[in-house]
Amino acid sequence: MSNSFVELNDVKLRYSEGDDLALETTNMKIDKGEFIAVVGPSGCGKSSLLKLVSGLMPPSEGSVIVDGKEVAGPLKIVGMAFQNPTLLPWRTTLDNVLLPMEIVKPHRHRLRKYRAEYEERARKLLATVGLEGHEDKYPWELSGGMQQRASLCRSLIHEPELLMLDEPFGALDAFTREELWDILQNLWMIKPFTVILVTHDLREAAYLADTIYVMSKRPGKILVERENTLVRPRDQETTFTQPFTDLVHELRSHIRDVRES
Amino acid sequence: MKKKLNLRKATPWLSAIGLFVLWELVVRIFNIPPYVLPTPSESIIVGWQFHEAIWMHAYHTLYTTLAGFAIAVVFGVVLGALVGSSRAIYDAANPLLVGFNSVPKVALVPVLVMWFGIGTVPAIITAFLISFFPIVVNVATGLATLEPELRDVLRSLGATRRDILIKVGFPRAMPYFFASLKVAITLAFVGSVISETVASNVGVGYLMLSASSKFNMPLVFAGLLVIAVMGIAMYEIFNVIERRSTKWANRGNPTN
Ligand SMILES: Nc1ncnc2c1ncn2[C@@H]1O[C@H](COP(=O)(O)OP(=O)(O)OP(=O)(O)O)[C@@H](O)[C@H]1O
Ligand SMILES: [Mg+2]
Repeated sequence: MSNSFVELNDVKLRYSEGDDLALETTNMKIDKGEFIAVVGPSGCGKSSLLKLVSGLMPPSEGSVIVDGKEVAGPLKIVGMAFQNPTLLPWRTTLDNVLLPMEIVKPHRHRLRKYRAEYEERARKLLATVGLEGHEDKYPWELSGGMQQRASLCRSLIHEPELLMLDEPFGALDAFTREELWDILQNLWMIKPFTVILVTHDLREAAYLADTIYVMSKRPGKILVERENTLVRPRDQETTFTQPFTDLVHELRSHIRDVRES
Repeated sequence: MKKKLNLRKATPWLSAIGLFVLWELVVRIFNIPPYVLPTPSESIIVGWQFHEAIWMHAYHTLYTTLAGFAIAVVFGVVLGALVGSSRAIYDAANPLLVGFNSVPKVALVPVLVMWFGIGTVPAIITAFLISFFPIVVNVATGLATLEPELRDVLRSLGATRRDILIKVGFPRAMPYFFASLKVAITLAFVGSVISETVASNVGVGYLMLSASSKFNMPLVFAGLLVIAVMGIAMYEIFNVIERRSTKWANRGNPTN
């Protein structure tokens, strides 16, 4: 069966000749529109996995296939957000969010002519993350949480088929973080896109993902693949239910095993 | 608040006046003869007596300096862009640049005179040679210090190297570039005056040399003061331009 959107076949990665493997024989199959989360100890190769899938780095062995084609260079359809918002300080929030439109085809050729429409689209997206009225501010005039919201908008504005999130909520306070879970879940439910979320927060994985992968210590390897069938939309109440807390406990015990191994 | 601001504005003037007063007092108290160290008041008075000549020479020095500086800016930006955007060019150019920058430019003036004769051309070239280095280094640094995450974001959107350079590289290099202009313009004065002193018959450098050969020390110091004033004025102009054009680099902090 090969109708999955993202496929990793026996992928291994080492950063340089003679180095230890950073990633050990990894196999993954991600469906189109599936939301997966990857958890694992620090340094096990989660960020490297994202770089492999987005084509920023070639695997040392094995193959990565996205949308039926083997990945040979950076994909051009990916949205990315990191723990660090990486907004451009000389651009307003609105212009930061519009940055992908200046690069991604066909938008880059249409942007000048349909500027107003694109701006409207960016404003709407900013409003959904609660940044209405801050469009014309500069990133350094926003709080960390607000910058992270803007960064999330920037990763979504061009409606990417594949969204890569590397601990995007890691530096936020608990309230903001959970609010952003809901916003992300909503956007995803309206128009599903494929998401790979790397996180240290097991509750976050349980809240957002359809499938959760637990990785081993370096060299990273997928030890557990856990379906998460909790009904959507998940909300605050979900986090207090037995199935949710059981799932989190289960993940925690996997992580404990990994760390002790 | 308002008072504090005024005081801050006045500080540089006060310190300059303070220096002049101290200088005047030291010369008078220790009875230093004017052919060793003239008083500032004497220098200013003599400077005023010769103001037409000084004006002519100063104008010429300013013109020479700005011409050399302008060439340095163009050359520095182009070379900085090349060095900063390609690892290979960086590796190839870096030792040459550092080596070149270590050569005292005054040693090159005789060579330039051999090639171009005495006068304005060697002065312009010396000003250029001495001032382009900080521009190259700063532009290259600004371009090369791109956060890896940001580069990943852009590359996974399908950005070309050119896209990254235009959207991120150049805007980010702007504060570095403007900061280097302030340094470069003062260095350009050093270059042009050195060359005028060694090999010219016009310019403040030449004026000072001929004044000293006539033991007219007050006029030599008047020339020094004129160069200092021009240097400060140019530095301030580029300082203002820098602050205006790269507000974001101060993150909204009202720094002066
Ligand atoms: N550019 C690099 N060159 C050499 N080794 C690297 C490089 N980047 C990462 N590594 C190594 O590869 C391994 C995996 O790194 P990676 O960044 O993927 O880990 P991670 O799971 O994302 O960790 P964290 O949870 O701390 O972000 C680490 O042991 C790291 O030392
Ligand atoms: Mg990581």
